[in-house]
Amino acid sequence: MIGAIAIGLAAGIVAGLLGVGGGVLFVPGLVIFLGLDQHQAEATSLLAIVPVALVGSYRQDRYGNVHRADALALGLLSIVGAAAGVALANELSGSVLRDAFAGLMLVVAAQLVDRTLRARRAAAAARAGARATPEDHLD
Amino acid sequence: MSAERPPWRPGKLVAIGTLAGLFSGLFGVGGGSVIVPLLILWLGYEERGATATSLAAIVFIAAFAAAVQGLYGNVNLLDAALVGIPAIGGVLIGTWLQQRLPTGSIALLFALVLVASAVELVLR
Repeated sequence: MIGAIAIGLAAGIVAGLLGVGGGVLFVPGLVIFLGLDQHQAEATSLLAIVPVALVGSYRQDRYGNVHRADALALGLLSIVGAAAGVALANELSGSVLRDAFAGLMLVVAAQLVDRTLRARRAAAAARAGARATPEDHLD
Repeated sequence: MSAERPPWRPGKLVAIGTLAGLFSGLFGVGGGSVIVPLLILWLGYEERGATATSLAAIVFIAAFAAAVQGLYGNVNLLDAALVGIPAIGGVLIGTWLQQRLPTGSIALLFALVLVASAVELVLR
């Protein structure tokens, strides 16, 4: 029980810090630390995501960042895909699904590294640009 | 978002929604790693709006997928509550920390944790 609470807290902190959703942490956490099988872990992760996304999007909406009509459209339009995805997951064996999920984790890791390196390059370019402005030569 | 609307916008929304649903249902995740890049690439969103809109869409997507998983009897309600409720507090802490910490190094560290967890998952 303490393990589950710790997983939730840690996953939430990373989600808030990096904007990478809870699911990619909930699922391996539920498998590795709570001993759920891959199917149970995925299903349980989905339900755990709902309150987190609800609170997060409420805050984002107050900042005016949510395009409400598109969010609602995407949510409602996802229902066929979601049902098909769940049906497909339940057709696959636990080990195939687990290996595919490990692949997804590697993709998310690569996305994070790429995003970080691009942000660093942009920051470095901005600093170089600032140094090159004429104002710098006045002092 | 810009006032000019790209052609085939409804078609693109259908495609993104369906792909995100498939991804979410198959992997038990929200689908943000599909939605965010596609909103930027296909619908001209900037990153902040894409992330926020994706998060709001995920409320519905994850709820649908969880409901279908519930029909298969795979949802563990107690564990979902034990993980999901502390995660709300975690998100608030993480968002607060984001304004005060250099997130780049943390992102790289976290990428390493993901790779290690993926290896652990496969080798179990």
